[in-house]
Order: sequence, then C-alpha cells, then structure tokens
Amino acid sequence: MSDDKLLQSRRDALKCMAYGGAGTLFVLAGGVFTPVNLATAGEYGKDGTKPGKPLFVQISDTHIGFNKEANPDVDGSLTQTIALVNRMAEQPALIIHTGDITHLSKPAEFDHAQQLLSGLRTTELHTVPGEHDTTDPTVTEYFSRFGKASNNKGYYSFDHAGVHFIALINVLEFKAGGLGTLGPDQLAWVADDLKRRSSSTPIVVFAHMPLWTIYEPWGWGTGDADQLMSQLRRFGSVTVLNGHIHQIVQKVEGNMTFHTARSTSYPQPAPGDGSGPGPLKVAADLLPKMLGITSVSVQLHPRALTLADTALA
Amino acid sequence: MKIEHFRTPLMLLGLAALGFAAAWPPTTAWAAEQTQTLIRDFMFAPLTVKAGTTVTWVNADDEPHTVVSDTGLFRSSGLDTNEKFSFTFDKPGTYHIHCSIHPRMIATVVVE
Repeated sequence: MSDDKLLQSRRDALKCMAYGGAGTLFVLAGGVFTPVNLATAGEYGKDGTKPGKPLFVQISDTHIGFNKEANPDVDGSLTQTIALVNRMAEQPALIIHTGDITHLSKPAEFDHAQQLLSGLRTTELHTVPGEHDTTDPTVTEYFSRFGKASNNKGYYSFDHAGVHFIALINVLEFKAGGLGTLGPDQLAWVADDLKRRSSSTPIVVFAHMPLWTIYEPWGWGTGDADQLMSQLRRFGSVTVLNGHIHQIVQKVEGNMTFHTARSTSYPQPAPGDGSGPGPLKVAADLLPKMLGITSVSVQLHPRALTLADTALA
Repeated sequence: MKIEHFRTPLMLLGLAALGFAAAWPPTTAWAAEQTQTLIRDFMFAPLTVKAGTTVTWVNADDEPHTVVSDTGLFRSSGLDTNEKFSFTFDKPGTYHIHCSIHPRMIATVVVE
C-alpha cells in the first residue's frame, strides 16, 4: 500500500470513529472500514454487489443482576434488545454473546439470563465468559451452563457460511496489576486450529476483554494478545470482536478490524474519565442511545464482512 | 481512604457491663482486633494490622469487586455494593491482594 493510500485508509478509519453512533453501517472490504449512513444503505450495491446476508449479531455485557442507578432495569434493556434482533427482516444465523452475561456469577442470574436469551428467534448462541461471570469461588457456574462447546476450557472454534469463528477466554489467569491473559495453552491451541485454514478464510475472533490495549490503567487490553495477532496476520480478513468496555471503540490494522460492542446494560466512562470503569449514570432518555448491539453481515462475492452498530433508541 | 476500627456490639456490651464505657474510644490493645476497610473509587486501602486481626472489606463502589490473595490464601466472591468479606490474619507477614475483576487494583496488608 502506498503512503497516500495508507494515509487515506487511516483517515477513513478515524472518520469511522466519529460515526460511532447508531445507524451507521460499516462496510469492511479488504480490511478497511467505509462508513455508510443507514438511511442510504439501500443504495449500497449499485456497482453490482449486494448488501450482505445477516451472519450474526453480537450481544455483550448484559450484566443480569445489576440493579443500580445507572440502569435499574437491565432485564428490560435485554428484552428490548432481543425484540430488536427478532424484528430484523432477515434473521441472523447465530448470536454471539461476548461475556458478562451476569453481574455477579450467581446461579439465579445465570438462570434468568438464559431464560431471557431463550426469547431470541435465532437459537444458535455462542458465548465466552466475562470476568463478572467467573467470580464465584469455584468458577463453575458459567462452565456448568456454557462449558460444553469448549469442553470446559473456555475456547473453541466453529465454521459458518465459510467464515471461521474462534472463541477465546481472556478473563482467567488474571495476574495482580495485569491485563487480561490468554495463556500459553490457549495460544498453542489457536496456532494448531489456524494451521489447517487457508489465508483466504475470513476469520472472526471474539473474546470478552479487548484483544488490543485500549487503556492499560483500567486493564482494558490483553497482555499476550500480540502472540495471537502474529498468528492471524497472514489472513486476508480478520474481525476481532470484544465487549467489556460498554462502548464502541474500533481500529483497523492492515486486514484486521478490531471492534468493541456496546453493552445492553449500562454505559461506562470514556477511557481515563473518572476513578475507574464503573457504571456511568446518564439521563434516562440518553440511556437507550448508549446501549445496543453489533450485527455482522457476510457478502461472499466479493468476500467481505459488514459491521453495523444499532442502539436501542 | 478512610479506615475504620470498630468493636463488635457484643464487645461493647461487655465493656459497658464491666464499667469501662468511660474508656471509649478504646485503645488498640485488644487481642482479637477487627478492622473494617472500604473499597472505594476502585482502590483498596493499604493496611497495617496486628496478628490475629480480622479484616473486613466493604465494597463502597457501584461496581462489584473481589478481594483475592495473590498467593491464593483467600478469595472472596464478587462483592456487590455494601457487601463484605472478612479474613483473619493469624500470622505476621506481608500479604498482597488484588481484585480479580479489576486486576489493576492491588494493595498490601502488613501483619505485625
């Protein structure tokens, strides 16, 4: 890529940051986001391409059990979110939950979350745990419900519509003072898993905590993520999805797109704003604008993934 | 950060019964000492206590925290707002703790 083009793509990426609100469609082609206003998104494809088929919806940070001022009704917010997904004209093939399903890892919270999530018309649900899902003393509540896909390891992979999905866990093995950790066993497993994939396979990687360092003082990153990225770099299209920070942050690096989703429960402050990443209290009418989901569509000719963030209001 | 030393109501009752109520506030010369400390603004307070002290952490944030010993000696569940966790430090030494939800939160408990 020439310097001019590189500069242009950086500009576009920065422009995307400014488009972070609801109703912006991000078209990912060749690893570069192009923002398209949802109002005019129907015109996308005049050059002969068609808008993609809904592949999956990412739900994150539902925090069932939270009841503080920042959102006394997280059940209601999740129910609204589910209604939003169920109203999509074409249903996504699967749902991904990027963790913090519950607030305090309590059995009753998990049970209630599962009950609410069963209201989704799309029944294929893939999850990874957040650190709020693993605070029970024995760290068994999450795994007894969602551990089957990974044989209780927390990481697993699957394929859908020609896209290879990798689910990772980076909320265990927390070291004091540190960032999230993948650990050598998981990294070795990823290397083995990727060995068999051709570089043209679109890859979607998802984990709870950001897989790149967004803000170290708040632990918003994963300490050994570089070892993962070096394995992913040869692929033509890599989409890295996370939750944890309850707000949209994204960056594009070569063919790799990094994106964090909104929460469905409560917003959190911008990095470094205040004493820590706690629930952010906002005016009641503003709250639904700060909660929402990310949906990802796939278009196979030419092969591209499209990300769209949708707020509850 | 504020650290509060307190006696259990039972002990207060004992004090009153023995006619020592005038000695309040008490000195720190009690063998079975208890210390309560707040977790606030994503921070633990550093503590120095005598051996045998039961330390009670109270979460004063809207965000849950855990109290986890770096060496695995103890580990609380997720503490919601105003929930507590106690541990009795029998042996002198320096104990490092962190929050497993926010591992940047670290502190030291010195037991003398």
